[in-house]
Amino acid sequence: MALDRSDVEKIAHLARLQIAEQDVQEYAENLTSILDLVDQMQAVDTSAVAPMAHPLDAVQRLRIDEVTEGNQRDNLQTVAPAVEAGLFQVPKVIE
Amino acid sequence: MEWEAVIGLEIHAQLATKSKIFSGASTAFGAEPNTQACAVDLALPGTLPVFNAEALRMAVMFGVAIDAEIGHRSVFDRKNYFYPDLPKGYQTSQLFHPIVGIGHVDLELEGGITKRVGVTRAHLEEDAGKSLHDEFPGMTGIDLNRAGTPLLEIVSEPDMRSAEEAVAYVKKIHSIVTNLGICDGNMAEGSFRCDCNVSVRYKGEEKLGNRTETKNINSFRFIEKAINGEIARQIDILEDGGYITQETRLYDANKDETRSMRSKEEANDYRYFPCPDLLPIVIDEAYVDQLKQSLPELPDARKARFIEEFKLSDYDAMVLSTYRDLAGYFETAANSAGDAKLAANWVMGELSKHLNQNDTAITDSPVSAEMLGGLLQRITDNTITGKLAKQVFEAMWAGEGSADEVIEAKGLKQVTDSGAIEAMVDGVIAANQPQVDQYVNAEPDKRGKMVGFFMGKVMQASQGKANPGQVQGMLKKKLDALANS
Repeated sequence: MALDRSDVEKIAHLARLQIAEQDVQEYAENLTSILDLVDQMQAVDTSAVAPMAHPLDAVQRLRIDEVTEGNQRDNLQTVAPAVEAGLFQVPKVIE
Repeated sequence: MEWEAVIGLEIHAQLATKSKIFSGASTAFGAEPNTQACAVDLALPGTLPVFNAEALRMAVMFGVAIDAEIGHRSVFDRKNYFYPDLPKGYQTSQLFHPIVGIGHVDLELEGGITKRVGVTRAHLEEDAGKSLHDEFPGMTGIDLNRAGTPLLEIVSEPDMRSAEEAVAYVKKIHSIVTNLGICDGNMAEGSFRCDCNVSVRYKGEEKLGNRTETKNINSFRFIEKAINGEIARQIDILEDGGYITQETRLYDANKDETRSMRSKEEANDYRYFPCPDLLPIVIDEAYVDQLKQSLPELPDARKARFIEEFKLSDYDAMVLSTYRDLAGYFETAANSAGDAKLAANWVMGELSKHLNQNDTAITDSPVSAEMLGGLLQRITDNTITGKLAKQVFEAMWAGEGSADEVIEAKGLKQVTDSGAIEAMVDGVIAANQPQVDQYVNAEPDKRGKMVGFFMGKVMQASQGKANPGQVQGMLKKKLDALANS
């Protein structure tokens, strides 16, 4: 499977990544070669192998439903670029 | 050609856990912004999610209640999209292996028809935060208190064919989750919200038309209006030779219409993949069995029991069995009163009227079920008349004490002393000679109705306290004696 420039631009947009115009072609080639490797692996018969959701052969541990985290707003908001009235401020998002 | 609507619903039920699905922050509604958003909810680097056991229990409980397949091994996936109220850049959800698989609910529709609606799946996911767009010039304010609140997304099959069926389905799911105690069902606060997928096609056609999704409708009435509006809009477009664009729409309750949201250019390109931060959830048969055993009585079973045990009508049993708190109130009142039909009438009548007028939850009713039962006992033992009982209820609602205290304080005790009643009857007959003459001169079969006038006068004279049955009997006897003399 080969990726072209528009695929790369679309993926970059979805991931909100800014990439330089002159690099697009190289990304397309590199990503295509990764997908080629995936294509090679597709040739392996995996019909008897259950899909793996996680590399560790372990199951999810559960947490008891308790409130353990109190109000840490002042502390946590010290790293925020802009805060007003307790709200994180971000550039206007238009719906 | 006749049109047919095809409706499928996605319901988001907020699970009633104390803490969030992947963190120990509180889920309580209405806190100051960002005071219930911890490092995990903010997606600070280095934090990891830990899954809440109670969210799992609640989800499985729902699955058991709708007779669904339970995913013994379910997996969290990442649904990737960017929005400021989703700090991680993805929502942790379940796409490939949901916790609850195929199940169903049965709806009772008008005319005694039962319709089975399929539930495709129900999966666990986290809620996003809230964006406030209008309060700050040029900026959007983000409150992440809601981020990470556990949601159960319940997806139906496209089995509904009208807004009425859709509302019946939503009400059924609402009554199940609230009866299970896994969701508070508060639609105004957003704990229970509904997205409606609507398309239309010619009746008899197999192929589905293009559908629209109307998001976040927060009342039963608006669901009905939004769906009916959307069906009409689509039919108009198609009959004009137009084309239905697959899109997301919003319901505007003020204008009673749906309108298009910005069409998602990158529609559904969420690039789901299994979340590497969370391991698969594995539950065994014993866990599911244990929940099956602990399943509380559900509305359908309760309704059947009310009909059997209390001899209620189908309608009364349905109304009274739907919600746990209402059903519990009714049962207590009925047992205390010793007359279930009377209790049903009062709970659905006077009590519900007062609750609605004062916007009071039944659990906060100033008249408890025991108090109402006490009042009803005084009706059945003839201490007070049914009419005065409403006055006693008002006083009880206003906090003036128990039925017996109010009856005593206001002197409302029914007069059953036949001597006293006879004196009042004689007084009324003597004071209303023209009406007595009319009665005497009337055809015997017309007289029955004319007793009503004298009844009213006697009841008035007794301030409503005379036993109506005794008054009626005595009036008829005396008037007929005059007529036959």
